[in-house]
Amino acid sequence: MNPAVRRSLRFVPLLLLPLVPLVDHNNSHIDFLANAGAFILLALGLNIVVGFAGLLDLGYAAFFAIGSYSYAMLASQQFGIHVPFWVMLFAASGIAAIFGILLGAPTLRLRGDYLAIVTLGFGEIVPQTFLNLSQYTNGPNGISSLDSPSLFGHRFGFSATPYFYVMLGLIVIGVLLASNLQNSRLGRAWMAIREDELAARHMGINTTAAKLSAFALGASFSGLAGVAYAAKLDLVSPDQFQFNVSVLVLSMLVLGGMGNIPGVIVGSFALSFINSFLLPQSTNLVHSIGLTWIDFTDYRFMLYGVILVAMMLFRPEGLIPSRQRRAELREALTDPGISAQEQTEYEGAAR
Amino acid sequence: MSFFKLTNVRKTFGGLVAVNDLSFAIEAGSIVAMIGPNGAGKSTVFNLITGIYSPSSGAIDLEGRTLRGLSTDRVTARGIARTFQNIRLFAFMSALDNVMTGCHAQMRASLLDSLLHTPRQRAEERTVRERARELLKFVGLEGDADNYARNLSYGHQRRLEIARALATDPKLLLLDEPAAGMNPREKEGLIALIRRIRDKGVTVFLIEHDMHLVMNLSERVTVLDHGEKIAEGTPEAVRNDERVIEAYLGRADGAA
Repeated sequence: MNPAVRRSLRFVPLLLLPLVPLVDHNNSHIDFLANAGAFILLALGLNIVVGFAGLLDLGYAAFFAIGSYSYAMLASQQFGIHVPFWVMLFAASGIAAIFGILLGAPTLRLRGDYLAIVTLGFGEIVPQTFLNLSQYTNGPNGISSLDSPSLFGHRFGFSATPYFYVMLGLIVIGVLLASNLQNSRLGRAWMAIREDELAARHMGINTTAAKLSAFALGASFSGLAGVAYAAKLDLVSPDQFQFNVSVLVLSMLVLGGMGNIPGVIVGSFALSFINSFLLPQSTNLVHSIGLTWIDFTDYRFMLYGVILVAMMLFRPEGLIPSRQRRAELREALTDPGISAQEQTEYEGAAR
Repeated sequence: MSFFKLTNVRKTFGGLVAVNDLSFAIEAGSIVAMIGPNGAGKSTVFNLITGIYSPSSGAIDLEGRTLRGLSTDRVTARGIARTFQNIRLFAFMSALDNVMTGCHAQMRASLLDSLLHTPRQRAEERTVRERARELLKFVGLEGDADNYARNLSYGHQRRLEIARALATDPKLLLLDEPAAGMNPREKEGLIALIRRIRDKGVTVFLIEHDMHLVMNLSERVTVLDHGEKIAEGTPEAVRNDERVIEAYLGRADGAA
C-alpha cells in the first residue's frame, strides 16, 4: 500500500469523533473530552520542540499561560477590550510564538541538562509574573467572565459541546501542520540537529534559525490551546500553569512516544483520561459504597511517577513510538554503537 | 587569483599553537592532500576552513572572497563541504534522508511552505529526493537508500558521508581520512570514486595517512608538522624531502 495512504488510514477513527456529542448527551463526558483536547494540542506543540528538534523544554506551560492570559486580557471586561475569539486564536498563537523566540534565544547555546534548567526557570517566571502584575491580572484571583465565543450569532455559553468541536478542529489542523513539518526541509533539519548538531551545520543548516522556529511553532500550538481552554473555563489564574502542567505534558509525550504524532495523541489522551475521568469516577464509586476516606485523585502524581518509571524500564520509546525512536532506544540499550566517546568529541568541537 | 587560498593562518588555543603561519593555495579542479604525523594540526585546518574555529590571524579565501567570520552553515552555502575523521552521519536517519539533508542549503522551501506543503514545496521535495537517489547511485549505495545510516557497513558509511557532502553542491570537498579503516579493495574503490568526483568539477582536498592513496591520487601534497608547513610539492618531491622523513621517522643521526 502507498505509505501516504497507510499513514492517513491511521487517522480514520478520528472521523467518528464528531459524532460523540450526538450519541453521548452527558455534558461531563463532553467536557472531559474538550479539556483532553486542549492537552492534546499542548502535547502536539511540545512534541515539535522536544520530539522533533530534541530540545528538552521543562517550562512549556509558560506558553499555555501566555495564550490563556492573552485571551483573558484582550477579550473580557478586564480592560474593556473585546477581540473576537476566532481572531484571538490567531493572535495568541502569534503572541506565544514571539515569546517562544524571546525565551528560546537565550537558550540556544545550551544543550541537554542546561537547556532544561533554563526552560524550567522560564516556566516559573511566567506564571509568577502574571501573579505579581496584579493591577493587570488581579493576581491570585485571576481574570474571570471572559467573552463567550460565538459562531454565526450562536453564543457558546457554558455548554461543553461547541468547545469540543473547536478543540477537534484545532487538533485536526494541528496534526496536519505538525506532520507536514515533520516531512519537510525544516523537519529534516530538526532531525539532523537532534542527531548531530555539528554535522547539521556542515549541511548548511542554520541551527539557530531552525531551533528558534521549533520554539516558535511549539509555542504557537499552546497559544491556541490557551485561548480555547481559557474561553471554555471562563477563567484564568496563575495556578493553572504551574510546573506540574509542564511535567504533565512532557509525561504525555514520554508515555505515547516522543516524535510520533499518533503516539503523542494516544499518550496525552490516556493521561487526561486517568487524570480527569478514571480517578474522579473511581473515587465517586468507592464513595458511593461508603468508603469516603479514599480519594484516588490524591494519588495522581504518584501514579504519573509510577507510569514514568515503568515506561522507562519496560518501554522507553513510548506506547506508539516512531521507527526512529524505537531503533535509537532499543539499539542503544544493546549496543553502544556511535558512542558516548564520539558525543564528547562533538561537544568539544562544537564549543 | 587562486581558487582557494590560506594566507598566514595561525590558530592558538590558550598558549598552544595548533596552526602556525600556514599558507598554501589550491588550484581549481585538482586533488591535493595534506599529510603529517598525528597531532600535526591537520583536522584543525579543516575546522578553520569550515568555520568551526576562527583563525587567530590570517586569511582564508575561496574564489577571492574571504571566509573569515562566516558561520559553518554559510561556509557550506559558499561551496565547501566536508567529511569527518570519525564518521558523523545522522545515525538514525535513512541513507536517503542523510543525503536529502545535505541538500538543505539549495532548497528554497520557507517555513510556510513546510507548514502547508505547498505545490512548490512538494515539487522541490521530489526534485531533491531524485537528486539524492542519483548521488547514492554515484557513490554506489543505490541499494541502501532506506537503511539507517548506522546499519551500513563501515566502508559504506564513508561513502554515504561523501554522498551527503556532495549533496551540498560543493566547489571544494574536504575529506578527512576517507580511507581510514578500509580494506585494500575498498581503498581502490575510493580512489576511483575520488577521481570521478574531481571529474565532475569538484576540487578535492584530503587529509590522509594512507601513502598509497595519497601518492596515487594527489597532484600536490602539503606536509604539516607541529602546526607548521614543512614541505609542499608533488608526491615524489615530498616523499624524498629530508624534513618530511625526519618528521615521520625521526632524525637519521638520532637513530641507530
